[in-house]
Amino acid sequence: MIIIGERINGMFKDIGQAVAERNPKPLQEWAIKQKEGGAHYLDINTGPSCDDRVAGMKWMVEVVQEVSDLPLVLDSTNYDAIEAGLELCKKPAMINSCPAERPKIERVFPMAVKHNAKLIGLTMNEKGIPKNAENRVALAMELVAAADEFGLPMEDLFIDPLILPVNVAQDHVPEVLEAIRQVKFLADPAPKTVLGLSNVSQKSPDRSLLNRTYLAMAAACGLDAAIADANDDALMEIAASTEVLLNQSIYCDSYVKVFRTR
Amino acid sequence: MAVQLLKERYASEVGTVVLGATKEQGGTRSVSLTVGGEAALPFQHYEGSIPNRPIIAIEVTDVEPNWPEPLKEALGDVIKDPVAWAKKCVDEWGADAIYVKLDGADPDGANRTPEECAKTVKDILAAVGVPLIVVGCGDVEKDHEVMVKVAEETAGEKLLMGVAEQENYKSLVAACLGNGHSVIARSPLDINICKQLNILISEMNMPTDRIVIDPMIAGLGYGIEYGYSIMERGRMGALQGDKMLAMPMICTVGFEAWRAKEAWASEADFPGWGAQKDRGPAWEAMTAAALLQAGANILCMRHPQAVKAVKKNIEQLMETK
Repeated sequence: MIIIGERINGMFKDIGQAVAERNPKPLQEWAIKQKEGGAHYLDINTGPSCDDRVAGMKWMVEVVQEVSDLPLVLDSTNYDAIEAGLELCKKPAMINSCPAERPKIERVFPMAVKHNAKLIGLTMNEKGIPKNAENRVALAMELVAAADEFGLPMEDLFIDPLILPVNVAQDHVPEVLEAIRQVKFLADPAPKTVLGLSNVSQKSPDRSLLNRTYLAMAAACGLDAAIADANDDALMEIAASTEVLLNQSIYCDSYVKVFRTR
Repeated sequence: MAVQLLKERYASEVGTVVLGATKEQGGTRSVSLTVGGEAALPFQHYEGSIPNRPIIAIEVTDVEPNWPEPLKEALGDVIKDPVAWAKKCVDEWGADAIYVKLDGADPDGANRTPEECAKTVKDILAAVGVPLIVVGCGDVEKDHEVMVKVAEETAGEKLLMGVAEQENYKSLVAACLGNGHSVIARSPLDINICKQLNILISEMNMPTDRIVIDPMIAGLGYGIEYGYSIMERGRMGALQGDKMLAMPMICTVGFEAWRAKEAWASEADFPGWGAQKDRGPAWEAMTAAALLQAGANILCMRHPQAVKAVKKNIEQLMETK
C-alpha cells in the first residue's frame, strides 16, 4: 500500500496561509513529519485561495524538496501549474489528476509520458461522478484506453473511483469497493488504484475509525494507494498489516517498521 | 507473424556486494569481485540485466578435513596444508575466491587459538590474490573470539565473514563493521527469519551492500527443493522492491552435496550406482546447477571436477546471444 501524505494542501488553513505568505516553515515541517509517519509520497496542493497557482506550485515543490527526498504528487486542476511543478521535481512524480474528459486527457496524458510521471485518473466526466460501480468502471476503461493510446505504462496509471463522504452519499461507499475490484480486470498488467481516503469520513465525528476501517476493506479489494493521514499511527499500522495479510510483502517480525521506512 | 515475447517488468533489482579489496581500495587482493546486481530472475537476460556472473569459492579447511575418502583423493596431499591447498585452488582449479573454514578452532577438535586461526588466514591472504570468505568452526563462544581476532588482523581486506544468525549476530557484525568486512547472514530455510535478520543487522548500521544471505540449502535428493523455493521467493521479493531481501546469496554446495550417500558411497556397496569417481562430483555439480537457477551468487564448492563442470555451466548461462 502506497501512502500519499495528504497534509501539504492549501485547503488546510496553516498551509493556505503559508503559501500566501511564502513562509516555507509549515510546509517543511509537514514534509518531515509525514515522512517520519511513513508516507511514501507527499501530495502538494496550492489550495483554492492561491492567486497564481503556477508560481505557488513551483514555490511549494522547491521548498518541500529542500527538506525531503520523497517523490511528490502534484495536485491541481490547473495543468500549467502541474507542468511547471513537474519540471522542478527531482524524482519521477505523480500527477493528481485527470478526469475522463477528452480535452483534459489530451492535455494531461502526454504530459505524464513526457515527464515519466505516474498519473491519477478520476472516474468522472462532464456529467459528474457516477452513482454505481458499473459506470465508474466504464469511465475507468476510457482512462485505460487513453493510457494505451498515449503510451503511458499501465502500471503508472492510478484509477481513483472517487469516494464520497459516508454521511452524504452512503450508497456510493460499497460501490467504490466494487469498482476497485473490477478495475483490476480492465487490462493486463492491471492499472493501479488510489483513493482520497479521508474523504469517506468528512464531517463525521470519529473520522479516523472510518478511515482505518475503509482502508482495510479497500485493501482487500485490491487498492494500491491512498492519499491519507500518514500521521495516524493506527492507520499506518493497518496499511502495513494489509500488505502481509494479502501476501504482497514477505512477513518478518518488524514488518510495520519496514513499511514505514522503505 | 512473429511471436511477441511477453516480458516481466520488475520494480527493483538485487543489490551488489564487493568481495576483496585491492591495494587501491585499502587491501592486498589482486582482484576484487562484485556479486549480485541482477534485474531479472536468474539468466533471464531478455528481461533485465545480469551484470555479474555467479562466482565459485573453493573450500579450504585449516586442519585436514574429515571428508569422504574419494573427495580427499581427488584433492591430494594439499589438504594437509591450507596455504598450498588455497594456492592450488586458484592456480589449477580456477577458484574465483577461497572459502576458508576454520574447523581447527573447534574446542572438541584441534582447539586452535584465535591467534593461530588469524595467522592461517593471513598466510592464505599472502599466498593467493583472490578474495577470501572466512567462517568459524560452529562453536558459538569460540567463534566469537576467533572471528573478532581474524577481523582485526585482516582489517581492510574486505573479507566476507560468517556466520551471523538470528540468536547470535551482534559480535560478528560489530567486528565486520569496524574492520571493513562484509557479513554472511544465515537463516534456517526460513524467508521470514531471513528478512528479519537482515533488518536486525542493518539496524546496527551495517550497509546492505555488505550483507550476503545464506538461506541454508540442502543437497540434491535431501530437500534441495525447499531451499530452491525459499531462494526463489527471496529473489521475487527483491525484484519487487523488498530491500531487506535484496542481498546476494551464498550457498554451501560442497558441504551439502558431500553429506549425501549418493556422493560418497562405494561401488562395492552400491554396484548399480556407477563409478564413484564420477558420481561424487556429478552430485555436487548438479546441486550447484540447481541452485544457480534459484538465484545463487556465490557457490562454495569442494571437488575440482565439479568446479570445472559448473564453471562451464555458468559460462553458457551468461551468454546473451
